[in-house]
Amino acid sequence: MRIGVVTFPGSLDDRDAARAVRLAGGDAVELWHADADLHGVDAVVLPGGFSYGDYLRAGAIAGMAPVMRAVVDAARGGMPVLGICNGFQVLCETHLLPGAMIRNDRLRFVCRDQPLRVENADTAWTSAYEPGERIVVPLKNIDGCYVADERTLDQLEGEGRVAFRYDGHNPNGSLRDIAGVTNAAGNVVGLMPHPEHAVEPTVGPGSTDGLGFFTSVLETIEGMARA
Amino acid sequence: MTTHRELDTTDAAAKTPDQAQPWDELGLKEHEYTRIRDILGRRPTNSELAMYSVMWSEHCSYKSSKAHLRQFGQKAPASDALLVGMGENAGVVDIGNGLAVTFKVESHNHPSYVEPYQGAATGVGGIVRDILAMGARPVAVMDPLRFGPMDADDTKRVLPGVVAGVGGYGNCLGLPNIGGEVVFDPSYAANPLVNALCVGVMRHEDIHLASASGVGNKVVLFGARTGGDGIGGASILASESFDDSKSSKRPSVQVGDPFMEKVLIECCLELFERRLVDGIQDLGAAGISCATSELASNGDGGMHVDLETVLLRDPTLTPGEILMSESQERMMGVVTPENLDAFLAVTGKWDVETAVIGEVTGTGRLVIDWHGETIVDVDPRTVAHEGPVYERPYARPAWQDELQAASPSALPRPSTGAELRDTLLRMLASPNLASKAWVTDQYDRYVLGNTVLAQPEDAGVLRLDESSGLGVAVSTDGNGRYTKLDPYTGAQLALAEAYRNVATTGARPLAVTDCLNFGSPEDPAVMWQFAEAVRGLADACQVLGTPVTGGNVSLYNQTGEAAILPTPVVGVLGVLDDVGRRIPQGFREPGQVIYLLGETGDEFGGSEWAWVTHGHLGGMPPSVDLDAERELAEILVNASRDGLVDAAHDVSDGGVAQALAEAVLRHGTGARVWVPDGVDPFVFLFSESQARAIVSVPRSEEVRFTDMCTARRFGHQRIGVVDDGGVLDVQNVLAVGVDELRNAHESTLPAVFDA
Repeated sequence: MRIGVVTFPGSLDDRDAARAVRLAGGDAVELWHADADLHGVDAVVLPGGFSYGDYLRAGAIAGMAPVMRAVVDAARGGMPVLGICNGFQVLCETHLLPGAMIRNDRLRFVCRDQPLRVENADTAWTSAYEPGERIVVPLKNIDGCYVADERTLDQLEGEGRVAFRYDGHNPNGSLRDIAGVTNAAGNVVGLMPHPEHAVEPTVGPGSTDGLGFFTSVLETIEGMARA
Repeated sequence: MTTHRELDTTDAAAKTPDQAQPWDELGLKEHEYTRIRDILGRRPTNSELAMYSVMWSEHCSYKSSKAHLRQFGQKAPASDALLVGMGENAGVVDIGNGLAVTFKVESHNHPSYVEPYQGAATGVGGIVRDILAMGARPVAVMDPLRFGPMDADDTKRVLPGVVAGVGGYGNCLGLPNIGGEVVFDPSYAANPLVNALCVGVMRHEDIHLASASGVGNKVVLFGARTGGDGIGGASILASESFDDSKSSKRPSVQVGDPFMEKVLIECCLELFERRLVDGIQDLGAAGISCATSELASNGDGGMHVDLETVLLRDPTLTPGEILMSESQERMMGVVTPENLDAFLAVTGKWDVETAVIGEVTGTGRLVIDWHGETIVDVDPRTVAHEGPVYERPYARPAWQDELQAASPSALPRPSTGAELRDTLLRMLASPNLASKAWVTDQYDRYVLGNTVLAQPEDAGVLRLDESSGLGVAVSTDGNGRYTKLDPYTGAQLALAEAYRNVATTGARPLAVTDCLNFGSPEDPAVMWQFAEAVRGLADACQVLGTPVTGGNVSLYNQTGEAAILPTPVVGVLGVLDDVGRRIPQGFREPGQVIYLLGETGDEFGGSEWAWVTHGHLGGMPPSVDLDAERELAEILVNASRDGLVDAAHDVSDGGVAQALAEAVLRHGTGARVWVPDGVDPFVFLFSESQARAIVSVPRSEEVRFTDMCTARRFGHQRIGVVDDGGVLDVQNVLAVGVDELRNAHESTLPAVFDA
């Protein structure tokens, strides 16, 4: 199964995301920001980084890249799409997901091994987890404070669309401890922490808790193919 | 506008030999100016004078230090691992499997004091381009930092800015920051030390060198446009820019754009991979002056440049300013005419602006034209490599004897359990021993997905080959107090600690880089410190078999008469055949046995204890035993290979007490420890004797481990057992809960910098 990983100028965790795809058993396909063709991939990962330097607003320029037109169309058609960190910001900028990220409450970059609670284990990217499961994956961002208006937040919670919450310490001031959200269909998921950095026991924080994202989507694609 | 002014050409210079020139304002000495005239057989043009003044500056020419630095080559131990030695942008070390690693540490001290964020940021950017210019993919950075007293007002300005700059640049560049140091001492007030190290990896065949060869090959400048930033405050432009119509007061600190650098890295790596570059050089200090003269000097011919083809951010820049600009994120390449189109296609793909500015010639001269008129015509070697060399006078300062005589032996020592407990907590919370998480949590340590160990571990460990697990460990260390007490020994101790830290993770130490931070070379006492430190380091590298591959010298770190503590920062790189065998620092498994390796003496000169509890600096630093360091490293490396040890932590500043506390805190476990018979508890806990480490050994491996130590006749004492009781219990002396330890260790920096 072919999982595309998009590289924008300034993408940083694209190789890591591709490695995670491979370790989960998928084929990673490089996608280039200026190419509107998705090359027949079954799912797409928008990796972390500082696309275009994030100089205007995190994810804002990447949201207008040619490849994103194709990603948005595919996502609306049901293709699984995961946005990690900067990728989450891009998904919010393109309105595939609600809300936005602003600067961390302490106004500093923060890198830590972050405990998360899986709130929704029914999405394309979280089916390998149990609802309520506690996982530890790295978090590293400066614009990671998730915000949305009260009505949107209520709606997200009411519809079970909060995919992950920070467990214990809220590292960036995100409203209602939200670390990641999903769209209503469950095929598009975005989160600030980095599951692709927690896929091998000897590197990163030493946990493999992030691998489930990638095994989940491979199962989802298999299910979609059977259906 | 530049066009209104008379252009100073080589012809004009020949016709106006007596025209006054501002050589003194540019920092040149009269005899240096005379020498330039002798070399050229005429007066230099303004542009030539600018080039010589910057390239012959202390920073670029190493004129005060060169005579001493030669020892690193003369005493270099034979090493099969060294593929490229000193003199290039960075040294290159063979680590096996066809892979090579390049690494180097540099200073960006002065700019970081003037403008902490940009100074530190561009320090990272500069060292990363040095590594890139070798043909390597940069894979990690580390930042050894030193500041004035932690709670001084100016430190609260400088430190957060420097940390944000290191993080802001490195995080956006996508390089994990895996180590470094944060040290406080009053001598660094107004003279912070911001050193930056970068590690890169490449295949042997990808090594690139900075040379321009092959007549007709194109000289290409690519990356950011050239602007007016970073033009040396003392440069010729000070005099040229008196013109009222020009924008004045250019900032002398450069401004960094990490996004541009990230794109430049990926662009260069694609150029290397497609073999489209023959020679490459990064643009750092002295900008185009440095890059053209070094490339031409290293090549076999000459170079012709049409300076008006340089892409500018500011069209009012004069030729001299263009030559001097230190705008960041620029590279200069030498490209064959056949490859030029392919080269431009790659830079175009990455949206990297590129200009062909000249070509390689067979004349042996570096000739630079401005709209068809020649403004520079020099032998590039006289600019880049044949600058002045000084044998500066040096003398052991009169106060050295008095300092060494002021032994800490007379200082009151804690003796009761309660006093020792208070001392442990006070030390653990002291600025230099406290947790640096406030700093390192602002750095991305995980990007690229190959970080095996990072701060606060003893050394940063990176995986470089996913299939074999081959990787490297890097540590930087330096102790200015030890070096002040005895510069020869202090430099050796810096090496010994970095070497030990690398070995503690299980890696075999291979090579050294150094950043030598000192005061003014014009002060014979400082020059003596420098000479002694270099001699000590070169001698020690010879004994340990680890050659110096490159580095940097930073002088004039002083305010008025007061120089900083002499601070050689030493980086050691080691290789791990399989990073799965790395030994981390923290005690994890209850029941494992704790051994103290090495011999503990009563050594408190320059110690953290003397400084923290008495504000005392005097006596002699701990003695160096390089043979013991070597033996200890062998034991640790073998223990890693054979799986005999589960955790290891080097014993250094703060002694065994600090090492035990950190090992327990890593996973919040606990330990029961006993003081060996006949040893004074205070000496056991706080002495800073060298060549020591603590390790935790699975009981199943204990006999094999102790047999190995015995066979090597290396001191090893069973001093405790790991448990999960949440207490560091030094039996019959003191006991402290993990929460109390953690609170002491982790509250110090946040209390000051979050206030």
